Amino acid sequence: MTNNPKLSIKLNCPLPKLDFDVITMGHGSGGLLTHRLLESGVFDLLKNEHLDQQHDGAFLELHGKIAFSTDSYVISPIFFPGGNIGELAVNGSVNDLAMCGAIPKYLSLSFIIEEGLRMEDFWEILLAIKTASDKAGVKIVTGDTKVVERGKGDQIFINTSGIGTLHPKANIHYSRIKPGDKIILSGKMATHGIAIMSQRKGLEFETTIESDTTNLNHLVKKLLDHAGEHIHFLRDPTRGGVATVMNELVGQSKHGIELVQKDIPVDEQVEGACEMLGLDPLYVANEGLFIVIVDATMADQVLTLMHEDEIGKSAAIIGEVVSSHPGQVVMASRIGGKRVVNYLTGEQLPRIC
Amino acid sequence: MKFLSEYRDAQVVEELINDIRLVVTRPWTIMEVCGGQTHSLVKNGIMEMLPREITMVHGPGCPVCVTPLGIIDEAIYLAENKNVILCSFGDMLRVPGSKKSLLEVKAMGADVRIVYSPLEAVTLAQNNPDKEIVFFAVGFETTAPANGLSVVQAHKLGVKNYSILASHVLVPPAMEAILSDPETRIDSFLAAGHVCTIMGTEEYDPIVEKYKVPIVVTGFEPVDLLQGILMAVIQLEKGVARLENQYARVVQREGNRLAQNTINEVFEVSDRTWRGIGEIPMSGYEVKNEYKAYNARTKFNLNLESVPENAECISGAIMKGLKKPVQCPNFGTKCNPEHPLGAPMVSSEGACAAYYHYSNSTVVEENV
Repeated sequence: MTNNPKLSIKLNCPLPKLDFDVITMGHGSGGLLTHRLLESGVFDLLKNEHLDQQHDGAFLELHGKIAFSTDSYVISPIFFPGGNIGELAVNGSVNDLAMCGAIPKYLSLSFIIEEGLRMEDFWEILLAIKTASDKAGVKIVTGDTKVVERGKGDQIFINTSGIGTLHPKANIHYSRIKPGDKIILSGKMATHGIAIMSQRKGLEFETTIESDTTNLNHLVKKLLDHAGEHIHFLRDPTRGGVATVMNELVGQSKHGIELVQKDIPVDEQVEGACEMLGLDPLYVANEGLFIVIVDATMADQVLTLMHEDEIGKSAAIIGEVVSSHPGQVVMASRIGGKRVVNYLTGEQLPRIC
Repeated sequence: MKFLSEYRDAQVVEELINDIRLVVTRPWTIMEVCGGQTHSLVKNGIMEMLPREITMVHGPGCPVCVTPLGIIDEAIYLAENKNVILCSFGDMLRVPGSKKSLLEVKAMGADVRIVYSPLEAVTLAQNNPDKEIVFFAVGFETTAPANGLSVVQAHKLGVKNYSILASHVLVPPAMEAILSDPETRIDSFLAAGHVCTIMGTEEYDPIVEKYKVPIVVTGFEPVDLLQGILMAVIQLEKGVARLENQYARVVQREGNRLAQNTINEVFEVSDRTWRGIGEIPMSGYEVKNEYKAYNARTKFNLNLESVPENAECISGAIMKGLKKPVQCPNFGTKCNPEHPLGAPMVSSEGACAAYYHYSNSTVVEENV
């Protein structure tokens, strides 16, 4: 277990004495152990008027158009530099909603736990969920806990689904992208993926790289408040990295994209790790990062707004939408050459030599 | 990044391109031997920056690409043994054998693990005494020392449940095979920098002498490659053939003696089949008899029937520099990274995969 400096609540496990050091099959049985785990742990910590009703589902009142999103988290290791699976699960769904141009409101939270997970670890994950949901301003209103036998899972899997109300100025759709639009990346790419990889079994290397997982909804709201109608597209380049999002976009929009390699922000340590492992940072997963495609006339204003925010302080214009080479992402290399940036087939595998 | 950014400097690159342009007067065909160099040429868009007189052809230096079908089938056969944990570098997992790939048998339940160093596999053997750990020892002279060291280490530690499936190939015999092929016309070679880091440069002298072909030991960054090309072109234009070392910051004439000693301790030179090229005499390493207890072929009595290559794949012609990937009728259609017909489409260092991932076919065709 790692100590996560981001956690504002200190570890102070209130789980009842009667309980166990580890999660057992009984904790998912629906009986007394489940009840105690939820009652004295989950419900107490994540407390809000919806969850307190302890009903099979939540009753919510929402007005206007809503966005609805779901995601499952199966990350290994579950604790990594800069966070754990808990905050990832909250930030993930919060950010997916934000990318729809919505204001995230409510989340559901489901655990699939492998028996034997240390109670202390479960508690730290819960604390991270609490901190992350408070920070994002969302409420966890319904959930579920299942326990599977040892060997049938990988410590803990989490699913969250989220609901948000659409921002009145938001109109986020790939069909709105047009040639000339600028592509802004909100920060340094590949940081999360490399932080995780540095902890993988057999690959541990010494580094101070930390995951940048965070909620993006507040910054996105600020951008929509100021320039909503000029923002054509938002996307967080998680799995598959920036390259994959760019390829999805040219596929959907039928335009081309031109990236400028020297303008794409990457942390020097992250770049070094990628060199060492033979990975291309363009394809490495990100968490607290997003791409904004904005009308060229508003690009500088949006960039300035982003720079004012801690999350967006390294934001940069990394390329633009073009009418030439439709369906293709082309990147000007650092040395002035040009190359196509394609989809990756399967996982990025480190090279032999 | 120190020692990297200097070699990716746009200004220096431009100057080198200009220098090449000033020197070149006739068409020249230069082969970069190593797949890492191919990858860098295509990834950085260097080929479209070069003057039209220069044609780069991509050599056989991708270890994944030249590993023959039979050896991949051996690895798969071992992985399917319930008592075996097969360890491999990541690249090898996707390469298709005659029926399936390691990735597919892994999905079906075989215990196949990606490791980053063969020594990890030795530790795995120590931690799993009731299992047989086989390391798929693939690569050129570059990976041979570490793979050999794992055998030495296992022997020292008395680890009996560790063995390697060796598929090591050697660069100089392959260069000779290409030069003796009457169909090929290579004017000069950029030799593989990292292979030379281990083996030194001495073994290239006889090739330069015999075939009167300039060889420039070259690194992998844009500036390295362009400097290497410039050095080769200067020699070609002057009509001389010498062995030169562009990658002197890493490569010494005698190479790394310690690494060579480890290779010689564990391996002996043997005949080897290269995927797409065929058998080249004395072009690989096999585990010496003294260490046969660590040779998976002996330990598991491997004797699989050999399977012919897919006739639709022209990888041999590509690795000998006779054809460009885009000249293959199946490129990007029937053969793509998802469904590769042959290995050069699998590894990121394979010429076909490099073209597929990084090249705009229109840009590439101009250079063909």
